[in-house]
Amino acid sequence: MTRLADTTLVVLVVIATTALIRASGPVVLGGRALPERVNAVIVLIAPALLAALVMTETFRGEGSELMADERALGVAGAGTVIALRGPLLLALAVAMALTAGARAI
Amino acid sequence: MRAGVPFALAAFVLAVSFGVVAEPVMGTGGALALSAFAFAGSAQFGSTAVIASGGSAGAAVLAAILLNSRYIPMGVALAPSLRGSPPLRAAYGQAMIDASWAMASRGAGRFDPDFMVGATLPSYPMWVGGTAVGVLAGDLIGDPAALGLDALFPAFFLALLLEGELRTENAPWIVAITGAGIALALTPITPPGVPVIAASLVALIGLRGSASREPEIKGDPVG
Repeated sequence: MTRLADTTLVVLVVIATTALIRASGPVVLGGRALPERVNAVIVLIAPALLAALVMTETFRGEGSELMADERALGVAGAGTVIALRGPLLLALAVAMALTAGARAI
Repeated sequence: MRAGVPFALAAFVLAVSFGVVAEPVMGTGGALALSAFAFAGSAQFGSTAVIASGGSAGAAVLAAILLNSRYIPMGVALAPSLRGSPPLRAAYGQAMIDASWAMASRGAGRFDPDFMVGATLPSYPMWVGGTAVGVLAGDLIGDPAALGLDALFPAFFLALLLEGELRTENAPWIVAITGAGIALALTPITPPGVPVIAASLVALIGLRGSASREPEIKGDPVG
């Protein structure tokens, strides 16, 4: 399969699964509670996945090697803003500014 | 609807960055279609990140599904407050984005579904329009790295993590730190996309029980 066909498939499947997942609670489960253990796993998926994405998107190089470059500075700046309870948009602006600034020096 | 306006502004800026970064990966049509028909911020950013890093289509879809899985307990919580036929209930489900869902909670397990739809409405045109702006701007700005745009994805994921997932009682710090460690350890030795999916398996420690939480407000302005 070509890369374009690949991404088209991803787009279509992500659209379909998002709609199905959003409909599942209101329609299929209709007010019945999830088993407690299932719920306990689901609420832990997002923190595990997001933390992993932070790492791979910050420290992955061109190939599969790890590297620390200007991105790490920008992400650390964004983390500081969020930790100080600053707004999301400020955090994103700081990430871009620090990364771009460090590259320009 | 007014309650949704601050989130709609944040959605616009995020959508612009999504458009800029997703256009070279997904194409103009793919980026716009995701925003218009999936309308799910973290899943869009997550699947795009996996593909951009060279991951397989399957890994990208799996990442999106896992990031969307929180809508299952959110929808379950919403369900008793919904009336009408299954298609109507499904339609209400499509209006679930994190911020609107949380704002529509009236306590004691009750939700105001029409308030939720109203709070979501301003975000939708901003999300799709912002994506269009980003897709078009991407061609004009040349090298995204020179603007630091490649730091936006990880910064956004970090914001979702710190604001939404870890700012709660019994915050799952151990799960997040373990997931991060697994991703770092696997990145040099497994195909792209695998480290992120493998890290999600840490959530299985929830099977030990006792750690259950209600789904709570997340930082993502659009799903």
